[in-house]
Amino acid sequence: MIEPKKFRSGVRPNWCPGCGDFSVLNALTRSFSDLDLAPHQITTVSGIGCSGRISGYLNTYGFHGVHGRALPVAQGVKLANRDLTVMAIGGDGDGLGIGLNHLIHAIRRNVDITYIIIDNHIYGLTKGQTSPTSSPGFVSKTTPKGSLENTIAPLQLALSAGIGFLAQGFTGNPKQLMNLIKAGIRHNGFSLIVVLSNCVTYNKQHTLQWFKENITNLDEDNGYSPDNRQQALIAVSKHEELATGLIYQEEKQSYQDLLPGHPDTVLVKQDLTPEQELLNQLMQAFY
Amino acid sequence: MNNDIKGEFGEITWQIGGQQGEGIDSTGDILASTLNQLGYYLYGYREFSSRIKGGHTNYRLRISDNPIGATSHKLHLLIALDQESLSTQNHFLVPSSIIVSDENLNVNSTKVRHNVVKAPLTRLAEGLGNRVAKNMIALGISIAIMNLRLADFEDIIKQRFSKKGSEIVTLNLAGIESGFDWACQNELLGKLPVKVGDKKKRLFMAGNQAAALGAIMAGCRFLSAYPITPATEIMEYLGRQLPDIGGAAIQTEDEIAAINMALGAGYAGARAMTSTSGPGLSLMMETIGLSGMTETPVVIIDAQRGGPSTGLPTKHEQSDLLSAIFGTHGEVPKIVITPTSVSQCFYQTANAFNLAEKYQCPVIVLSDVALSLGKQTVEPFDAGKIKVDRGQMLFEVDPIPDENTFFQRYGYTASGVSPRPLPGTKNGVHFVTGLEHDEIGLPADDPALRTAMMDKRLNKIPDLLPGSTFYHGPDNPDYLLVGYGSTYGPIAEAREMLANDGLSVGHLHILIIWPFPIAELDYNMETTKNIFIVENNATGQLEGLLDMYSPYDRKTKPIRKYNGQPFVPFEIYEQIKGRL
Repeated sequence: MIEPKKFRSGVRPNWCPGCGDFSVLNALTRSFSDLDLAPHQITTVSGIGCSGRISGYLNTYGFHGVHGRALPVAQGVKLANRDLTVMAIGGDGDGLGIGLNHLIHAIRRNVDITYIIIDNHIYGLTKGQTSPTSSPGFVSKTTPKGSLENTIAPLQLALSAGIGFLAQGFTGNPKQLMNLIKAGIRHNGFSLIVVLSNCVTYNKQHTLQWFKENITNLDEDNGYSPDNRQQALIAVSKHEELATGLIYQEEKQSYQDLLPGHPDTVLVKQDLTPEQELLNQLMQAFY
Repeated sequence: MNNDIKGEFGEITWQIGGQQGEGIDSTGDILASTLNQLGYYLYGYREFSSRIKGGHTNYRLRISDNPIGATSHKLHLLIALDQESLSTQNHFLVPSSIIVSDENLNVNSTKVRHNVVKAPLTRLAEGLGNRVAKNMIALGISIAIMNLRLADFEDIIKQRFSKKGSEIVTLNLAGIESGFDWACQNELLGKLPVKVGDKKKRLFMAGNQAAALGAIMAGCRFLSAYPITPATEIMEYLGRQLPDIGGAAIQTEDEIAAINMALGAGYAGARAMTSTSGPGLSLMMETIGLSGMTETPVVIIDAQRGGPSTGLPTKHEQSDLLSAIFGTHGEVPKIVITPTSVSQCFYQTANAFNLAEKYQCPVIVLSDVALSLGKQTVEPFDAGKIKVDRGQMLFEVDPIPDENTFFQRYGYTASGVSPRPLPGTKNGVHFVTGLEHDEIGLPADDPALRTAMMDKRLNKIPDLLPGSTFYHGPDNPDYLLVGYGSTYGPIAEAREMLANDGLSVGHLHILIIWPFPIAELDYNMETTKNIFIVENNATGQLEGLLDMYSPYDRKTKPIRKYNGQPFVPFEIYEQIKGRL
């Protein structure tokens, strides 16, 4: 087993002291270690935002793409090389604002990657603007009179899109977060882990304390069973998206399992020598 | 009459027009496939509207005993199933053209009434029990007029319709026979005979199919794309073929996902591409920049259509050139290829994958409606001409001394191209970002480093790639025609027509347009005063590039067309004759 700190690159994060992103970084390195992975077996794709910087702080193959597009890149990586453990990570602006379309389709497609949305209800890197998960009435530099829009409900949205693995963690509960990440990586198919997080600098409304007071931990509810989509919808709706724990899991074939004719040899290791025989066969249709 | 029909090229142009859904396309394809097997040279071009049923469509087939690369300005045999077929083709008709019109149409709108044959197409089809067979009646009449053998068509009709059941096969066979007999009874047999073909085996295909085939032969095993006219056939073809050879073709939610997924697959080490048209290219721009910045290879086929905006989805234009070259904010290394023929769609798409990996950059293959949907006779492809060159890709990496440091993905090298370990490789763990970065890929904005990294990226592609341009014609011609991409066929034929008139004319054509091959262009334009730049756009995008990059002030003359139609050789000829 490789110790967690070996999954950290030598780069010092530029996050503010007390930022929730640190908890996610630590939970990830511990999860990788516990799952007996090696750095070269993992590719981490991230978007733009404070949390998007995480791919540079991990000692894994790292791809820091453009804003909102971590998911399509990560799916491309996985489909090209199924042997890799592929993580996609970004914030609420990246995944639920500019990139929301890709989330719904990634859920439908069910490629075996793990997506972590670090949701702090605000845009941090651009210095404090309203995000799709900011509450109505939220005052920020772009909504000085208060936000007029309803919030995105990522958990309900994922459930209704047919997700096979859905969990929500909280940066104030690192042990639970680590367990959810491990379960998400182990799950065959697309897994989404939303992480409720605090922005110490710009979000003075939804603070660590506020989350602690408002979160319901489903792990502590013996009556809750994460294998029923309807129940899951009721639970996350009842708790206004502030429920944590494993919310829903269903075993089903992933996209790669279903791809017709997909051979055992991963795409990137195939022999690409141009064969005249193959060409002759393909040209037949055009004579 | 026959002699003057054959004209100066020994050829016939046949066209069928009707409403979409009337089997116009399949009629054209059956005629073309049969003639291809008989060894004729063909150029097929289909006009259609952006809808499924209804709306006028036509299939034009130029048939010759010599290689051809364009449609013709002369239409010899027109089959009209709808009114628009009669009214829209007047300017292509010649005095000896024959028009076969369904008897219920008003033929007064045609220019050449004495050659109009009113045929009971619908009535004969109804006699066979199904009026949809009228296209086959029309085909049967065409077979008779061109003096072809009915028997030569039977196999192809059986092949094509066998999936729909034996009744349909029988109906279609009865259709061509009934049409053929009617034509014989009405003394049309052999009115426009075509010479016997040479029966050599050649391909008849569209550029989209050739490009997709070229991609496969170059080792492309991953395509992510979003349907868009006129590029969709590329994803459809690869969707059928890739699973059989261990690859995957994915239909994404949009073009942004398409290119990002292809880039991810390329980053992971697959040969990956996306295919699109203008609107999709616009959506992909940000990620083209990411490909350039992270030095991650990706191939994009842009089958251009009429722009801007939704523009003319089914019509021809070459107006994405400057977008393809300069598109994305900031300045990135990029290669833009403009294939000149269906055959080059195959070889240049294959080349694109090598260039993308060799120079670790985005490569755009610019085709257009005429190339991507137009079908041409092509000599069989040779796999021996394709070499897979994966450039600086590393499949194994030696241990690095400090295991806490990333592999140096962007180390400075003499060529400017740095080694690229395949993700999953031990000791190759590295970081890439769209942010400006240092040699190990970490974000950095030091001014000296920024300059060095820009220079590394922008200088790694040579100023001139081999085979970027080619020239046909005499040394030091009096007149020079210059074009890029699909105008090759029309310009080449116009040049021959001008040369036949005794003029000294050269043809300079661009196959790889970016890096802009200005040295070769200047060399070829040096001795000629009369330079015509032929392009299918309104603003003269190639002419603009020449003004921008050539040190000489040449006063070139534009020949531009942006009405949605490709050039026909004769109009280039006419324009030049008119300006001598």
